[in-house]
Amino acid sequence: MSNNKKSVEISEHLYKLLKRKMNTNKFNSVDDYIEHILLQLYQAEGSEEIDPDEEEEIKKRLEQLGYL
Amino acid sequence: MVKPHGGRLANRFLSKRPIDKFKDEADEFIKIPINKETHIELENIAIGTFSPLEGYMAQNDFESVLDTNRLPTGLAWTIPIVFDVTEKQAKLLEKEIELALTYQGEIVALLKVEDIFNPDKKYWAKAVFNTTDIEHPGVSRLYSRNNILLGGTIDLLKRPEAPFSQYRLTPKETRVLFKAKGWRTIVGFQTRNAPHIGHEYVQKTALTFVDGIFINPVIGKKKTGDFKDEVILKSYQTLIDHYYLKERAVLVTLLTEMRYAGPKEAIFHAIMRKNYGCSHFIIGRDHAGVGNYYPPFAAQDIFEEFPDLGIVPLFFKSFSRCTKCGSVVNEKICPHSPEFHINFSGTQIRNMLIQGKHPPEEQMRPEVSDIILQHENPFVE
Repeated sequence: MSNNKKSVEISEHLYKLLKRKMNTNKFNSVDDYIEHILLQLYQAEGSEEIDPDEEEEIKKRLEQLGYL
Repeated sequence: MVKPHGGRLANRFLSKRPIDKFKDEADEFIKIPINKETHIELENIAIGTFSPLEGYMAQNDFESVLDTNRLPTGLAWTIPIVFDVTEKQAKLLEKEIELALTYQGEIVALLKVEDIFNPDKKYWAKAVFNTTDIEHPGVSRLYSRNNILLGGTIDLLKRPEAPFSQYRLTPKETRVLFKAKGWRTIVGFQTRNAPHIGHEYVQKTALTFVDGIFINPVIGKKKTGDFKDEVILKSYQTLIDHYYLKERAVLVTLLTEMRYAGPKEAIFHAIMRKNYGCSHFIIGRDHAGVGNYYPPFAAQDIFEEFPDLGIVPLFFKSFSRCTKCGSVVNEKICPHSPEFHINFSGTQIRNMLIQGKHPPEEQMRPEVSDIILQHENPFVE
């Protein structure tokens, strides 16, 4: 995974809640904790990536078959 | 959308090695002929219907499934996916060898042999089917297999030819379809029958709470007296055309063999539909059962052992038409006694169809029975 980081802003209230929680979950920083949570959420939501070109090809086939 | 079982769809189409180059090497392989059912199963591995499997089970996978109903990783899995060979064929093999699997003389897949082992068939039958009775069709099929199993990853070169190609989609394709339709929650419905009103009621009840329904009849080898595949598909297409919102229902075939393993197969069916992108799966009475081998609701009870399955089972016990309510009901919503209930009898409907008669409209949609009766013999002989 790349070490390059991007900033995302969250509310101070949520930050404080996460900071409190991060200690009990043994994370070194709120950043690490948030990254862990978001990664889990992303995977749970379905991280199956389909190549955009392939997706377009599939959509064409689905249209030809009458599904779309 | 729900993740595939194990996190990602398996893809075992031969892609790394150019097929033309492979053809030049073809003579170097030991070849093992396979039948159509095995070719179809290979495709199910290759396109991800059996995700996370990327090939046939090695001994540790096989034993883990029999002993714990889980793969060694802890992931739920109840039906062994295995490749059997004769003892004579096994003598030519060793681990790490790559076999060419041929169908009608043509190489259709490669199998990298990672394990060679002898299963205990009696233990296998008891673990999967809960019986060793040879009269059970799944047990009979198991005992007819050769005595040596090969485990290993596969690469598919050629998909099997199959009828009704317009209804044949891969899990990747259904996932694109669901996404394009904007569906996040999808209920899967497994069937081997032409639909009567009871089926429609179950499907629409489930559909009320999700974005779409994935009607997924099993196509392939059938028992005598079952509806022919063509009849099932045409009757469902007719039902959808007349009585469903087109944007809420899709009809796609599933090419696989029935094992008749009742509860164990119900879990397997749910996993396959999860891989197609379903978030929910309907389990009715005696799902995937045969004869009286399983209690009527064993296929529902088993889901209690798999809270981590990743697909929500929807259980339906009984449904009938209540003459007092004037509608289709189930045991949870109707207070009236059985004398007011007319059950949906598949046998009765079938007998009327055999005689060329239309079942009553309260039992089957007239458009559906019209389609069925257009066939000289709608049942497998």
